[in-house]
Amino acid sequence: MLSELLIDPFQYDFMIRALIAAVFCGVTLSTLGTFTINRNMGFMADAMAHATLPIIAVGVFFGFSISELGAPAAVVVAIFLGFIVKNTKIGEDTSIGIIFSTFFALGFILIKLLNVTINLEDLLFGQILAVNRSDIYIITALFLIVIGIIVIFFKQLLFYSFDPIGAEVKGLNTNFLNYLFLITLSLAVVSALQTVGIILVLSMLIIPAASAKLITNTFIDSIKVSIAFGIISSVAGLVISYHLDLPTGPSMSLVASTVFLLSYISSKSKIKNR
Amino acid sequence: MTTKENIYESESLIVSDGCCVQYGEALAIDDVTFSITKGKKIAVVGPNGGGKSTLFKALAGLIPLSSGSLKIDGLDPLKAKGMISYIPQKDSLNWNFQLSVKQVVEMGLTDKSTLLSFNQKKNAEMINESLDQVGILDKSEENINNLSGGQQQRVLLAKALIQDSTILLLDEAFSAIDVGAQEDIMKIINGSDLKEKTILVATHDINNLEDKFDEVLCLNRHCCAFGDPLEVLTEEVIEEMYGSHENMFLDHKPGSHGS
Repeated sequence: MLSELLIDPFQYDFMIRALIAAVFCGVTLSTLGTFTINRNMGFMADAMAHATLPIIAVGVFFGFSISELGAPAAVVVAIFLGFIVKNTKIGEDTSIGIIFSTFFALGFILIKLLNVTINLEDLLFGQILAVNRSDIYIITALFLIVIGIIVIFFKQLLFYSFDPIGAEVKGLNTNFLNYLFLITLSLAVVSALQTVGIILVLSMLIIPAASAKLITNTFIDSIKVSIAFGIISSVAGLVISYHLDLPTGPSMSLVASTVFLLSYISSKSKIKNR
Repeated sequence: MTTKENIYESESLIVSDGCCVQYGEALAIDDVTFSITKGKKIAVVGPNGGGKSTLFKALAGLIPLSSGSLKIDGLDPLKAKGMISYIPQKDSLNWNFQLSVKQVVEMGLTDKSTLLSFNQKKNAEMINESLDQVGILDKSEENINNLSGGQQQRVLLAKALIQDSTILLLDEAFSAIDVGAQEDIMKIINGSDLKEKTILVATHDINNLEDKFDEVLCLNRHCCAFGDPLEVLTEEVIEEMYGSHENMFLDHKPGSHGS
């Protein structure tokens, strides 16, 4: 019975494509989420998602798809955000907030002025069921790039994240590592726009990582559990949305929230039983 | 006492000659002159904002000098990076990360060529040796967040020791740790294992410095005194360091220490 519920949806090609996109986005976001929550960069990631709107508007006007625009938009937004945050004295959150709202507003104005045909609801909440073959190629490529960067630079990124001054004294190129992480995070966020959309991408980035942190004792363990939670939330959200005819992005997001609630209860009961 | 005339005469490992650092218009340290020979244990004392951390950052090559010169074994700090291990103030570390003691110590072996994984077995031996030196080998698997302040400081010391640098800089190593833990760290610093190391410790505790350190560098943006703690820590020097900032720095400009 359960296996039928799980397998049934995947007799359709569009559901298999959605599954691939969901799993890849689930893994990339939940992996980067562990660094993001520990470095308190959730707001930065949210701003990255919103700040892509004007680039998407202009790109679609010139005939590109949202997936095709993802990588270049991510790089531009990451470098711009990183530069502004580093070179203004008004505080990180304040500068991110200004860029976030300005770019998001600019995006809406451009969509109106350029008369671009974009389904805003899909962009804000994702439309994973509309993922086509070329979107899958792009999502797969971004998945490999993001995971590759994290695996190759893991020790350097961890050192820099824990002890930035010590890392610089040790000769690590901390400026490079800063922008590398920002670009990687931005790529992961933008690659998930079609899956969960601009507004809900933050939930898939930080909720699995936060849930994992509640029930693990080490950073390495939290990454493994976060990835598992990311996959569970994405796939379960997809299957539930299929059977109950619900929007997919919000379903994934709510499954992640449920996992967080269970992790919270589990962590509290563990403390109580000590 | 070190003077401008004799700083280059001795076999000095660190030579600061009129070292001056500015942050924009603000003068952080001005005309600081001293020299340190190899193997000495130095206390760097002075008020908050007196320039202790700035001097350490200049030594570590993290910030440029606005004038003067700073040499480490004859090299500019940027070229001498491999010779220095720096233990920053604890609040500059990101304690959100749930890391084990050995993971933190292993960071001492991480450099820009560290990609993917590297020699795990050799690393494990070096990590254990380093943890043994600071007396917390039994804590290697524990989460660093669950240790006491003194134990955390020892882990950071182990992370610095594994780098096998000639010079150790400990910035505010004794802040927020109790007297017993301070004593433990001083025993390690003055132990035979670290005899060859030149160690500078920024501290607010100016009591009994002569028992713990060979020399003391008194900083209040300029060098108030440098030398044997028993000789240089006079009432005048302490007044110069911790006296009223308002009067002392009314007209503080490079080369002039105000009234």
